[in-house]
Amino acid sequence: MPDVTFTVDGQTLTAPAGTLLIDACKASGIQIPAFCYYPGLSLQAACRMCVVRIEKAPKLQTACTTPVAEGMVVYSETPEIAQARKSTLELLLGNHPLDCPVCDAGGQCELQDMTFKYGAASSFYAEPKNHREEQKWSPTVYFDRPRCILCYRCIRMCGEGMDVYALGIQNRGSSAVIAPNIPATQSEDGLAHLDCEECGMCIDVCPVGALTSDTYRYKTRPWEMNHVATVCTHCGDGCKTTLGVRATTDGSEIVRGDNRDKSGINGDFLCNKGRYGFDFANREDRITEPMLKQPDGTFKTVTWDEALLFTGTRLKDIRDTRGGKTIGVIGGNRLTNEEAYLLQKFARSVLGTNNIDHHRTADFVTLAAALRDHRDRFASQHDNETAKAILLIGGDPTNQAPLTAWNLRTNVRLNRAKLYVANHAHIKLHRQAKSFLEIAPYGYGAIAAYLSGDDGAASSAATDIEKLAHFRDALKAEPELLILVGSELRAGDLRALIAYGLTLPNTKFALIGDYVNAHGAADMGLLPDLLPGYAPVVADHDYTAEYGEHFPTEPGLNLLQIFDAAQTGDLAALYIVNANPVARFSIDPATLANTFIVIHEMFLTETARLADVIFPAANLYEKSGSVVNSYGDLQLVKKAADRAGVRTDLELLVRVADRMGAEIRKLVPFGKRASTGLRADLGQTRGVQSGEADRHAVWLTANNLEPKLSPFDPFAVLDEIQRLVPGYDLLRLQLLSGNDQHLAPQAPADLIQIDETRRDLVLPADDTLFTSGTLGRYSPKLVELQLKYAHEPVGIPAD
Amino acid sequence: MSTVSESIFTPATAERFDKLVTIYPVPRSALVPMLLYAQDDLGYVSDAAVAEIAHRLNLLELDVRNVLSYYSMLRTKPAGKFNIQVCTNISCMIVGGYDILSHCQKRLGIGHKGVTADGEFSLEEVECIGACCWAPAMQVNYDFHDNLTVEKVDSILDDYAAGRGQDVK
Repeated sequence: MPDVTFTVDGQTLTAPAGTLLIDACKASGIQIPAFCYYPGLSLQAACRMCVVRIEKAPKLQTACTTPVAEGMVVYSETPEIAQARKSTLELLLGNHPLDCPVCDAGGQCELQDMTFKYGAASSFYAEPKNHREEQKWSPTVYFDRPRCILCYRCIRMCGEGMDVYALGIQNRGSSAVIAPNIPATQSEDGLAHLDCEECGMCIDVCPVGALTSDTYRYKTRPWEMNHVATVCTHCGDGCKTTLGVRATTDGSEIVRGDNRDKSGINGDFLCNKGRYGFDFANREDRITEPMLKQPDGTFKTVTWDEALLFTGTRLKDIRDTRGGKTIGVIGGNRLTNEEAYLLQKFARSVLGTNNIDHHRTADFVTLAAALRDHRDRFASQHDNETAKAILLIGGDPTNQAPLTAWNLRTNVRLNRAKLYVANHAHIKLHRQAKSFLEIAPYGYGAIAAYLSGDDGAASSAATDIEKLAHFRDALKAEPELLILVGSELRAGDLRALIAYGLTLPNTKFALIGDYVNAHGAADMGLLPDLLPGYAPVVADHDYTAEYGEHFPTEPGLNLLQIFDAAQTGDLAALYIVNANPVARFSIDPATLANTFIVIHEMFLTETARLADVIFPAANLYEKSGSVVNSYGDLQLVKKAADRAGVRTDLELLVRVADRMGAEIRKLVPFGKRASTGLRADLGQTRGVQSGEADRHAVWLTANNLEPKLSPFDPFAVLDEIQRLVPGYDLLRLQLLSGNDQHLAPQAPADLIQIDETRRDLVLPADDTLFTSGTLGRYSPKLVELQLKYAHEPVGIPAD
Repeated sequence: MSTVSESIFTPATAERFDKLVTIYPVPRSALVPMLLYAQDDLGYVSDAAVAEIAHRLNLLELDVRNVLSYYSMLRTKPAGKFNIQVCTNISCMIVGGYDILSHCQKRLGIGHKGVTADGEFSLEEVECIGACCWAPAMQVNYDFHDNLTVEKVDSILDDYAAGRGQDVK
């Protein structure tokens, strides 16, 4: 739209026609206060705080509903306006309890700020205030009616933003009240309740303390916490969650999770898992001391020295007597990139095994291989916000990847993006879909074939064949298309779909995986046949020169084969980091009876109970590093909480390797002097090609980076990742600023050859809004929500 | 919009509702008339009525409740067979609206929004009913009674109690 020029407080401003005055002013640094206005939601003009004087208009006008116009002359702050706002505040405070000293919002309350600014401290209102008790609407949401200023933000956020429509407004005038969707007359306990997705967005947007969360209520004040913005450990969307932490006698506990500055990849959004699903970290029953299994089957807590020495000696012994091939390694989906990288390097260069795997939630290998020559076709999470057309095939983002669903809904609502949904189930996003295609049971392979042009596959792809044809034609007509793929499609089917997608112009692709760093685990080579950056073990690669004498040349066993080997007695040791394969893959404990098992864990999980050594591990909220979401967006993880006794997986790996007699400088490049004793010389004196120069030091110098001084510094590992892993050409400043950056894997050419026969071994995580693998079971709040919604929600229409 | 198979309303009302949803550009526009007819039919808007109307208009029950709670003439609890609405707005007040109201309260033994034990009468104090020229006035169901005096109210109530009053809907 053409720009218009107008004047605010004497400043000449320019903004595109159609911009709201409040937004145009904000963009130029002129703040106009508002309670009801929220960017991206429909306009309400309920609070009257944003009134401004516009020349030639008879009365004060609301800046939140007035589009800018050519030649408009505006005054945003005059004594008249200040008086109007002061009067508005006086009315809002008419029945406000002013219990700021105990209110959760005190210190971060928009009403409080405005009252201070406009000095509306005294009131003509002398009548007694109308008190109402606070109500518990759900396990997460409390409502304190007198504090409410009726801005309607929560109602619009719940309806338009979340597509849940669980909040409404009832009665009128001074009796008007926000009401949840289960009225008191219809609930078992005679009180009003919410039946919703429990995302907490209503609490987030509430400008006052009317809506508060059960987790944080009356716990502490905003200024008494440290706020650490890190990445949520749960699903694969990689939202930024700001954790409020507070010192305790044994470390620091997380008191609150929220989306404080909205600076993350998630913008305005955060779901219940990011908000409330941190409580596992504060549990009393966490493992905080190393434990060794005794002959009678019980665990005995021991000193770190004893546990490390025992583990190191046993593993070294097994490697040297039975060979690295008898050792298996299983990594988790919530490790940082640095830990995942170090784990596979530890396995390959110290344990001498390629038997490495993780729980694969999406087929990132096939994606990397299929898009090898199209690195610009990897979609970012940000593409969901702006794509003009989206094909969502399989998956259920509303449950599995709530930010993806939020972005799709917002994109459809604000930008009229066209959403095509193909799914076997009536997933909730079909309500935003321009076209919904019901796929026949097990028809994902057929639909991929049909889209590629195989008309014979039509009957097994969908029930409605005519609609199927229209669907394909509509996709073909799109000038650009973002293709989001659920975990139903993998290996050959996924390859077929991507091949089809590449025939369309301007397509981008992303897989919907689960868990914070499932993508990173694949990128970092927690795979038996692939090294970091999807380099096949059997092909030519740089790792041979890096990983030392124990590096095996043959591909190893995958996760299922590892347990098969255990059954046949060929698995002498199993090293598990932050994973629970015994429960996830239903492994019979007897299988592992003769295997020496080492595990890094927080809790006595099904797998940990079988272990011989348990190391108390830190979780993602207690460590630093980087993670990559399902889309390949890299973000910084910052240490927020702390628990005495636990250590990060990175530190544990280094310490175990040390006790195995490995040279730590070769495992983690640290220190000013490299293992060779040489300083970086860029090859002038010894020749970088000769193999004698310290490649890492040379690379650091060439990239203007300092050597890291500690072997426990994740950035030392990140340096090596950046040096060795193709596609990890990341920008440090971007990372350290807390911004996300999109990385596209750069798979080598020979990856394609493996593809045809390779099993994908993807086990969809099938997590819902209130589950999160094994970790979710240890979150009291998620368990509570899960129990509440064990039945089909009644308030949300089933279709 | 399909006809509801087991409507809780009388066949005439149900038929009327079937038509109502078709005559507006947006089905939701039929909400307020539907609520009114539902109240006439059932005496009040019950939870079951809310559910059926939501279903008919493809709305959430919450949406229906939001509108229902806005209007004071819509009831969610049963009223008496004869609902007496006494105006105490300015015109009626000046010529004794409150006397009429308190007389009704005394005679029926109920207060504002009350219902007599036999379910015959209920009483409401309401804002202007548009009969200012003949104030004080009151409304029994949809029937107007104006230029009231205490004696006139007595005879009106006697008539209703004896079944001689009109039961206009």
